[in-house]
Amino acid sequence: MANNPKLIESAPPIAAQRLCKSFGEHIVLNGIDLAVARNETLVVLGRSGTGKSVLLKLIVGLQQPNSGSIRIHGQEIAGVEMDELSTVRKKIGFLFQQAALYDSMTVGDNVEFSLLRHTKLSEGERKTRVGELLAGVGMDGEQGKMPSDLSGGMQKRVGLARALALDPDILLFDEPTSGLDPITSCEVIQLIVKLKTERKLTSVVVTHDVHGARLFADRVVLLREGSVVVDGTFDQLVKSQDPFVIQFLRDAA
Amino acid sequence: MSLIVVMAALTNYSTFPWRSRWLDFWRGVKGLLKSFFEWFGDLGFFCGRVARAAVSAPFEGSELIRQMDAIGAKSLPLVALAGAATGVVLSLQTRDSLARFGAKALLPAIIAFSLIKESGPVITGLVVSGRVGAGIGAELGSMKVTDQIDAIEVGAVNPYRFLAATRVLACILMLPLLTLAADACGILSGWVSSTLTESITLRHFLASGMKDVRFNDFLPPTFKTAAFGLIIGLVSCFQGMRTQGGTKGVGRSATSSVVLSSLFIILADVVLVRVIQVFFPS
Repeated sequence: MANNPKLIESAPPIAAQRLCKSFGEHIVLNGIDLAVARNETLVVLGRSGTGKSVLLKLIVGLQQPNSGSIRIHGQEIAGVEMDELSTVRKKIGFLFQQAALYDSMTVGDNVEFSLLRHTKLSEGERKTRVGELLAGVGMDGEQGKMPSDLSGGMQKRVGLARALALDPDILLFDEPTSGLDPITSCEVIQLIVKLKTERKLTSVVVTHDVHGARLFADRVVLLREGSVVVDGTFDQLVKSQDPFVIQFLRDAA
Repeated sequence: MSLIVVMAALTNYSTFPWRSRWLDFWRGVKGLLKSFFEWFGDLGFFCGRVARAAVSAPFEGSELIRQMDAIGAKSLPLVALAGAATGVVLSLQTRDSLARFGAKALLPAIIAFSLIKESGPVITGLVVSGRVGAGIGAELGSMKVTDQIDAIEVGAVNPYRFLAATRVLACILMLPLLTLAADACGILSGWVSSTLTESITLRHFLASGMKDVRFNDFLPPTFKTAAFGLIIGLVSCFQGMRTQGGTKGVGRSATSSVVLSSLFIILADVVLVRVIQVFFPS
């Protein structure tokens, strides 16, 4: 049996210190310090290859840092065995860039996957919960469809319903609007804003979408070559006189 | 004159073209050796993780049954056909040779012994490694490159338990059963082939073929295919779960799963045959 650690509810939901990650000679994250407060939505911006997605994978324990510490509700997760991370991971929902739905399962089974394994709900209660989760993202009645029958935007919605299945208090979004047309992107952004107001979640959103960041960010972090260039509100980002920030915002517009 | 050339070669050693070719060759060999040992090291870690996941709760019973159906029941027609073809070929090939020595009456026993002791298990192992190994390698490879394995892990489910341990266990459990099917089909088709040439009743064929088959002839070779199942499951899951490089990588994983598991089955068979001879003498 895994020795699952106890989480400290009063501790910051996410706290990373001197986080370093490199792949061979290539340094991706270079000593990042990051703390996300309860109910805060942090947006991580940056060019491709600056370590945004790697940062999310470190937070959820999918990759291990070369050095530094990551604490989720006070529990260190760097270097912890997979089964021992189970308690922490039940508190975290993750929306993948390409949704990453299980393509051999129906939409309903995708959302039910974690419920089946981590709750004691009866089959009827699980079905009801799956219906509620899908209704929350505007996908009710699509339980029987296969992921391949859905558009990119619909897959993201189902991915979001799956991420919310265990009622997490931390939600991580990896490029939630990438690969979507402008209208679908707006729908996904509205969904994130709705979740933020309704559920009081702590969120980290990795994105290129400066327009979306303006709508849902409480705080913005801009990464450049593995280091934090700006850490502040969206207004502080826009008012920054750093040439890199000005160039980034101009390119993103 | 030649002494001067040798001296020049030694003093200007670094500028000679053969030196750079030799260094390139040596670097290539070193790289190959390194990746060879790394592969075995990674496989060792993978086996450890799968073993730990397989023996610790929670158990994925329904997924195990689903995999037993996918690996066992769905491989049955192919294995039965391969066993039947082997039975016919054995009958056709051995009849003439036995007739030459006046030992045609031994044909049923030779078909039965050959199938039960070697052909049935090996044919089953190779057929299943082709069908199931490629399937597992491609399926898990595709899941890996589309982040589905990461999604399982993020959902607080151990992918080594849900994906790998269930498939490995299903392979171990189903291979001996499939071998029994291959043996039965081979003996039956051997009888059909024999009786078309020279009429013999099934009862007589079976009585003649099976009368000298003992426990040690039958059970150890049949159960050695559990080891083949272990090889197919572990190698295919390992290759699938370490896939990199998009659809090309998925293709490479499917191919390498089949090639490596077939190769290891043949090598393991050599060892297992000797082990069976030592511990279960006829």
